[in-house]
Amino acid sequence: MYEPILEKPKSFFDIYKEKSGDQTITHYCPGCGHGIVHKYVASALDELNLTDKAIFVSPVGCSVFGYYYFNTGNYQAAHGRAPAVATGTKRVNPDSIVISYQGDGDLAAIGTAEIIHAANRGELMTVIFINNAIYGMTGGQMAPTTLVGQKTTTSPRGRNPYNEGYPVKMCELISQLNAPIYVERVALNNAANRAKAKRAIKKALKLQAERKGFTFVEVLSQCPTGWKVDPPDSLKWIEEKMIPYYPVKVFKDISNEAEPYPEPKKIVSGNELLEILGIKSEEEKDLKKYEIPKEYRNPKIKIAGFGGQGVLLLGVALAQVGMMEGYNVTWIPSYGPEMRGGTANCSVNISDGLIGSPVVEKPTILVAMNKPSMEKFEKDMVPGGILFYNTAMIDEEPKRDDITKVPVPATKIASDLGNIRVGNMVMLGAIIEKTKLLPFETVKKGFEYFISRKNLIPLNEKAVEAGMRYVRENNL
Amino acid sequence: MSKELLKGNYAVIKGALLAGCVAYFGYPITPASEIAEAAAYYFPPAGRTFVQAESEIASINMVYGAAGAGVRCMTASSGPGISLKQEGVSYIAGAELPCVIVDIMRGGPGLGNIAPEQGDYHQVVKGGGHGNYKCVVYAPNSAQEMCDLTYKAFDTADKYRNPVYVLADGFIGQMMEQVDFSHLKPIEPKKLEWGVHGTPDSKNLINSIYLDPDVLEAHNRKLQEKYKKIEENEAIFENYKVDDADLILIGYGITSRILRSVVDEARNSGLKVGLFRPKTLWPLAKDEINRLVGSAKKFLVVEMSNGQLVDDIRLIVEGKIPVEFYGRMGGNVPTVDEVLEITKKLS
Ligand SMILES: Cc1ncc(C[n+]2csc(CCOP(=O)(O)OP(=O)(O)O)c2C)c(N)n1
Repeated sequence: MYEPILEKPKSFFDIYKEKSGDQTITHYCPGCGHGIVHKYVASALDELNLTDKAIFVSPVGCSVFGYYYFNTGNYQAAHGRAPAVATGTKRVNPDSIVISYQGDGDLAAIGTAEIIHAANRGELMTVIFINNAIYGMTGGQMAPTTLVGQKTTTSPRGRNPYNEGYPVKMCELISQLNAPIYVERVALNNAANRAKAKRAIKKALKLQAERKGFTFVEVLSQCPTGWKVDPPDSLKWIEEKMIPYYPVKVFKDISNEAEPYPEPKKIVSGNELLEILGIKSEEEKDLKKYEIPKEYRNPKIKIAGFGGQGVLLLGVALAQVGMMEGYNVTWIPSYGPEMRGGTANCSVNISDGLIGSPVVEKPTILVAMNKPSMEKFEKDMVPGGILFYNTAMIDEEPKRDDITKVPVPATKIASDLGNIRVGNMVMLGAIIEKTKLLPFETVKKGFEYFISRKNLIPLNEKAVEAGMRYVRENNL
Repeated sequence: MSKELLKGNYAVIKGALLAGCVAYFGYPITPASEIAEAAAYYFPPAGRTFVQAESEIASINMVYGAAGAGVRCMTASSGPGISLKQEGVSYIAGAELPCVIVDIMRGGPGLGNIAPEQGDYHQVVKGGGHGNYKCVVYAPNSAQEMCDLTYKAFDTADKYRNPVYVLADGFIGQMMEQVDFSHLKPIEPKKLEWGVHGTPDSKNLINSIYLDPDVLEAHNRKLQEKYKKIEENEAIFENYKVDDADLILIGYGITSRILRSVVDEARNSGLKVGLFRPKTLWPLAKDEINRLVGSAKKFLVVEMSNGQLVDDIRLIVEGKIPVEFYGRMGGNVPTVDEVLEITKKLS
């Protein structure tokens, strides 16, 4: 019935040391297809001389103990996740040969996402898919590939498409994707088909070794125990029941046209990595901290306005320049419930010491770019705080008389410069001119860090200057 | 300038690359997405792997695959994604593989919201997945620590061959602060010898199945021995003005920053208040907590959750002094004022 096994492939262990009981025979039931396919995989590795590079990923299912047998690197993966595990190891072992060996429950039910996406990414791996139309390991429950009408322990009256849908055809699905280069379905029912199965597995592994792409071989395989038939009848069952529904053929083969994948980039280290990360190792000049005038030291700044007025960026600018002057800084955007009502805001701390809560609850400096912001935050200010408000958008006077008020028509000044979006930078100019919180020279150096579009730096600089000028000329 | 103004989420990736991480596998989720974005930006030019997986389940299993090769690798997510990863984390712990998992917590349960919360404490600190395992959990409270503790997490993971979490909240992930890199030397990536490398001398087995109950029990006992060693050696913490404190506030992550301000304000009003801040949530610094039990009259644990860390503090304190709890949920961050008021009441 079977071709005689002349010699054990050397990709198999001589003795199955990980196994309990008899360590010379496999754990599979008599007549099971898994052992045959294992042998094809092992002899293909032998013939292609790939054993020493091979990594075998065993799934959850009857082949969970694949690692008993293969004298290769071995993983045992969670149920359905073998293609993800295979992806992980292949990506960091690009010269290895990775085999994801899976049953139909594993691959076509719980692991559907993993197989589709590993295939779609074109992972350089070979998937061997054992379709036995049943859950073998757990005792004969319905698989996604169980045939219509087929009785299992969880389809006791036969698979009913109205309740369970139709059997999933994986080769048909996988071959629709662009990336896979070779998709074939084979069967173990007779010598001719077994020879084809053996060839297909070898071809798939060879293509992987050539770095051609993702390869997928589905094997229609017998499970006499699960099907509750004798081994010889199980072969007949494949022929009469499975093959008519699951045609045995090549579904896709673009291996001749496919170009080998480019070699992956080598890992960079040391200084090259620092450069990529933008980390400059030059010693910090022992720069003398800029002296912030006493009344504005350790400011707690709140900046608020409409989305689009650049309030978050204004905050980043203050934090960046504060940091460049040697201070500890925090910047945090409005978050969660605070964001209701169409206003955006951020909190900035610039401090001599460690900053506790980064949330500014009681601002010493408030920047209100629109009316709702002033209404919302003016009342929270500490007595003696300083309020910058955008008179171009706020037609009301602030109510408090225990704070310093600095009216700046920021949006108007910005629009005179040709772009209302730089109103935030006008405000920045007003703040540093009025409070001397930070030096203009450092603001200029900071632009490259907080303005991402370099061609906009000159405009932003002009806007800061205009804000400074406005405060000076109006004696604010 | 060796200092950079950075979001905590970006600092994680710079720390990871400096630590020699070679592979990132992730799936986007707010408020953790910048970690994946930073990884996508920096990993490929550095010759390292970035894969946006089809799910958190796939990404943690990719981590299992890469970790099994004995290389430094990581993933990051937030609550709902961490829930999905738990089976994979259990396999990684069972197979004794090192990896780093970052959780930027958001509001839950369910879809909850994207505001900061600390409700993942239980699922991260207690193991989360099935079986008798533990993960080391670092709890940074600044962008600097997001970098430094991620860097350290890789060392700890390798040292014990165990998954290590960096547990932060949306606030710490989104906040920008100065980050100094000058003290972190870039570590050369290497493949540890127990890993599977696809070479003749690395035919190792990455596995968590042990059919025989006695063998599995022995494996479990070995794991517990390892956890005991971790408990003895890896707990870190920070104290602030605890020496003469009658009331000690306890909190981690963003909460600890707020509590620090509360301590300052309470001291201004003449109250003897201090702060104990665990930097590892597992293991917790038990000895230190016990020492503080000896000197303080009362603890107040503040969390952005229904009270999860407080359970563990109470287990350690064993009723010797009162352990009060104050929590906010849903993405509300407690204000200094509201905690100060409670502090005053308890003092
Ligand atoms: C998450 C999870 N769910 C369920 C199981 C139980 N389980 C073990 S094997 C198996 C079915 C495997 O069937 P298949 O993939 O068809 O492989 P076969 O055993 O037929 O070779 C199931 C459901 C598990 N181990 N893990």
